[in-house]
Amino acid sequence: ENPFRDRIVETFSEDGQGNMSFNDFVDMFSALCETSPRELKTIYAFKIYDFNRDNFICKEDLQKTLNKLTKGELTPEEVRLVCDKAIEEADLDADNKLSFSDFENMISKAPDFLR
Amino acid sequence: DIELDFAGDENFQENHEREKHKGKRRNDDRQKNKRENQRRKRSSKSVQGIREESQSKTERRGRGRRRRGKAEHETSEHEGNEEKRDQIRAKTTKSKKNIKNEKTRKLEGKEDGEAQERSERGKLKLVCAKNEEKIESGDQLKEKEKALGVKKKKKKKRKKVVETSSEPESSEEGDDEEEVNDDGEVRPELLSPEELEKLKEALDEKKKLIQSLRGKPWPMKQKLVTLRESQLFVEKYEGALGQGKGRKLYAYKKWMKFQRDFENFKAACIPWEMKIKEIESHFGSSVASYFIFLRWMYGINMILFGLTFGLVMVPEIYFMLTILLFTFLEQALMGRPYGSIPRKTVPRAEEAGAMDFAVLWDFGGYAQYSVLFYGYYNNQRAIGWFKFRMPLSYFLVGVGTVAYSYMVVIRTMARNANESGIGDDNSFNFSWKMFTSWDYLIGNPETADNKFASITTSFKEAILEEQESQKDDNIHLTRFLRVLANFLVLCCLAGSGYLIYFVVRRSQKFALDGLENHTWWERNEVNMVMSLLGMFCPMLFDVISTLENYHPRVALQWQLGRIFALFLGNLYTFIIALMDAINLKRKEEKVVKYNITMWEASLYNGTGSENSTAPPITIHPADVPRGPCWETMVGQEFVRLIISDTMTTYITLLIGDFLRAVLVRFLNHCWCWDLEAGFPSYSEFDVSGNVLGLIFNQGMIWMGAFYAPCLPALNLLRLHVSMYLQCWAVMCCNVPQERVFKASGSNNFYMAMLLVILFLSTLPAIYTIVTIPPSFDCGPFSGKNRMFDVIQETLESDFPTWFSKVFSYASNPGLVLPFILLMVLAIYYLQSTSKSYKEANVELKNKIQMQNEENKKKNKQAALKAQMDLEEARKSASQRNNDASVQRREEDEKIYNKNQRMYHGRNPSPSVGDREPHFPVRGPAPRNCHNGNHGNPRYLPGFHQQSEPRMYRVPSVAFLGFK
Repeated sequence: ENPFRDRIVETFSEDGQGNMSFNDFVDMFSALCETSPRELKTIYAFKIYDFNRDNFICKEDLQKTLNKLTKGELTPEEVRLVCDKAIEEADLDADNKLSFSDFENMISKAPDFLR
Repeated sequence: DIELDFAGDENFQENHEREKHKGKRRNDDRQKNKRENQRRKRSSKSVQGIREESQSKTERRGRGRRRRGKAEHETSEHEGNEEKRDQIRAKTTKSKKNIKNEKTRKLEGKEDGEAQERSERGKLKLVCAKNEEKIESGDQLKEKEKALGVKKKKKKKRKKVVETSSEPESSEEGDDEEEVNDDGEVRPELLSPEELEKLKEALDEKKKLIQSLRGKPWPMKQKLVTLRESQLFVEKYEGALGQGKGRKLYAYKKWMKFQRDFENFKAACIPWEMKIKEIESHFGSSVASYFIFLRWMYGINMILFGLTFGLVMVPEIYFMLTILLFTFLEQALMGRPYGSIPRKTVPRAEEAGAMDFAVLWDFGGYAQYSVLFYGYYNNQRAIGWFKFRMPLSYFLVGVGTVAYSYMVVIRTMARNANESGIGDDNSFNFSWKMFTSWDYLIGNPETADNKFASITTSFKEAILEEQESQKDDNIHLTRFLRVLANFLVLCCLAGSGYLIYFVVRRSQKFALDGLENHTWWERNEVNMVMSLLGMFCPMLFDVISTLENYHPRVALQWQLGRIFALFLGNLYTFIIALMDAINLKRKEEKVVKYNITMWEASLYNGTGSENSTAPPITIHPADVPRGPCWETMVGQEFVRLIISDTMTTYITLLIGDFLRAVLVRFLNHCWCWDLEAGFPSYSEFDVSGNVLGLIFNQGMIWMGAFYAPCLPALNLLRLHVSMYLQCWAVMCCNVPQERVFKASGSNNFYMAMLLVILFLSTLPAIYTIVTIPPSFDCGPFSGKNRMFDVIQETLESDFPTWFSKVFSYASNPGLVLPFILLMVLAIYYLQSTSKSYKEANVELKNKIQMQNEENKKKNKQAALKAQMDLEEARKSASQRNNDASVQRREEDEKIYNKNQRMYHGRNPSPSVGDREPHFPVRGPAPRNCHNGNHGNPRYLPGFHQQSEPRMYRVPSVAFLGFK
């Protein structure tokens, strides 16, 4: 049901394909559990949202995220608008993509980044 | 070869710190080199000797040892500390070696397309060697390399910061430890004080590492290895630094373990945790928040109950038992009639029906004259052997209940405000929606579907708001509709208030006539009407609120506010009616009092004339005429109200949820339309309504707890039952809400309502306590003018005289007024300071915003410039192809400096060690999986693949020569 479940498993798995060793499994739970520190969660959240693994969340990543979140019910224009807005809001160095520091900065101010 | 060794050592340490595979690979390279060197230079004997030395050690340690042993060997060769010569020598050997190795490397690199990294490095080495040959002086190169090394170090540091971001000091850790390790591993007992210090530092750092290990984004394997390493290290040197510390560590470990166990135990002890988690996974966090709120309420009631039970009920029961015992003995010995004091027995007139269920249900009969109500308690100043001050305790518990509740509510509110107070700026609206809107606690497909829908709608709403943030169409119509809606709501409220007032009046009339002459409906009219109003008015409000077109969240708050007003109005009407009843009772009381004095007089006259010594003991306590105890009456009213409220809640739950669900489920097969999807469908869990119900229930508890000490206990029971009942109902017959919203935002709203209700419910209680004199023959304060006279009485009789004197001085207006003034001043001061802090906060926020904007611009410019530089560099590079390596390096440095945000890293390639089977000791083979984890992409805005090798020359050179 979780739109990012594949992504989460992929992120934590060793080969990036979603095949997990036991260590990866434990790793995942240690990162997702309630007591793990916020920084750690931020790091892994960034990796989860970074679909193409270029260490930046670029527009394609955002679009993928959005489509997963809404099950593709938004029109392409709306998706584009939202992505532009999001990047405009969070991008601090104007390279049209979110680096980790941008992401960290943004997420640290979010009221309900709980997970 | 010392330099190489140190470099290797550093890498060796680094292995454990981070990037295991990289360091390992490099280590393997280096060791291969070393092997060759050794074979070439030295006799095999010495090598074997060294090997024998270290064979008993563990793998990695062993390797480190061997290297160290070699180092020792070498230093002994060169007679100790002549470092310069060593270094120069190392340089020359290295250059030789480089030349040698580089050829093989290059070949390998050519063969191996994927092992780009190594070929790259091979080229680099070639360049290095060329440089060396050109310059022909080792020192210069060394300097350069050192400089590069420093830079490399810096780079590493930054990378660490980026990667770990939780522990910026970790970079220094690495540096320190190498050195310490160097000295430390050989002979820990022969260390100089400084080295000892260093060792201690390293030890502390290791410990820190162990503690903070959990928060590092490394794969689990690495974590485990690091943990084992550092633990080994700590254990090893703990002993060397003193016995006590080791023991302390042991105790500390035990303590930690105990603490962890205790934590687990505590977590297991949280009641209903599993149930709530289950609900959370099915219905999202908002429904779960209701249950958490319920549990919180339960905790508070538990404490209130403990207070009243421990300090009021138990002593009273104890007292009553002793009296019973005494009277029983007296009866047995002297033939006195069995009994107690009048206020604890049921009067003769009511005795007949005192055990009837209907009477008990109304809390009349035996229940009325029991420990549950105010009237039961005795006014004896001190009871039992401990001289327990019963009335004082009663009074203080009443005050303490309220005070504790205030404290808890306000503390919780403050905590909530702290948590949510910061993030109210709207600057990252879309990003937050994007990244944090998913509720990761949802585990049920249906809820997930709803969540998808709600996220989509929220996005659409946001888009709409963004698009027409200024535009507002037909404002007059909306305004008119809103005014109309509010007017309607006010009418509703007034109507319901009047209805309740009317009903209460009528019920008083009935009560005067005597309850027995009326039907069940007439007796329970008040409660029923209130419950019905509470049921139907919210629906009406819901309909009305569709008129006024608010945002759903705002609409929800309006709705809650209105229901709140309705409940409050009802409650206050109820209280006013109750005050009327109290006044009536007091009039009645006066009459009864007069009658009683007459009666007593007659009694005394009757008996006194015959035998003046015999007291009027022949009267059974049940026969003593009694005044109407208004306090008990108030308590009864509240208890009845709460019981009926609970009943309505449960019945609506059963009918509205359970029966509906059953009908929908089973009639769906034989019905003309789809019941599940169509009109009745299943009900949703109404979080706001339930929370409101809970809050009001609590308000009534607070209001009535003074006159009916049983109320907290009753509430405890109710909460307990409703926890299970509602959990069950939610799980079996509710569907998840369509509009799943996150609970975190609205929490403090509930708490604020709770605070308001607390304040409003304490007002009437305090009013009655302060202004109305207590009844003359029931309750702990009987015979006193006012209830709070107990305090004065206690002061006068139980404390030394000076204390009461001081108190009387302190309580005279001349002192109290300035004190109040001072408090007001303090409040004003605190408020103004908090205001100024807030302003400063806003200012700082603005500053940060400005800074961000500026940074954006700057970064953009820098990026553009870097790109242009790069273009130039590439052009020039294409002109002079291979010769100008120095210049190129400089260019690279420039680029590197400019692009602060560059990630550097390398693709892991198969280790060289893998191909050397004769090499006995080898760390775990590097893994290929770290693409995602180690920031590999050498990504730079505008950078292309061709320029990469150049980029990476700098770090690799630095790595080789770094000490």
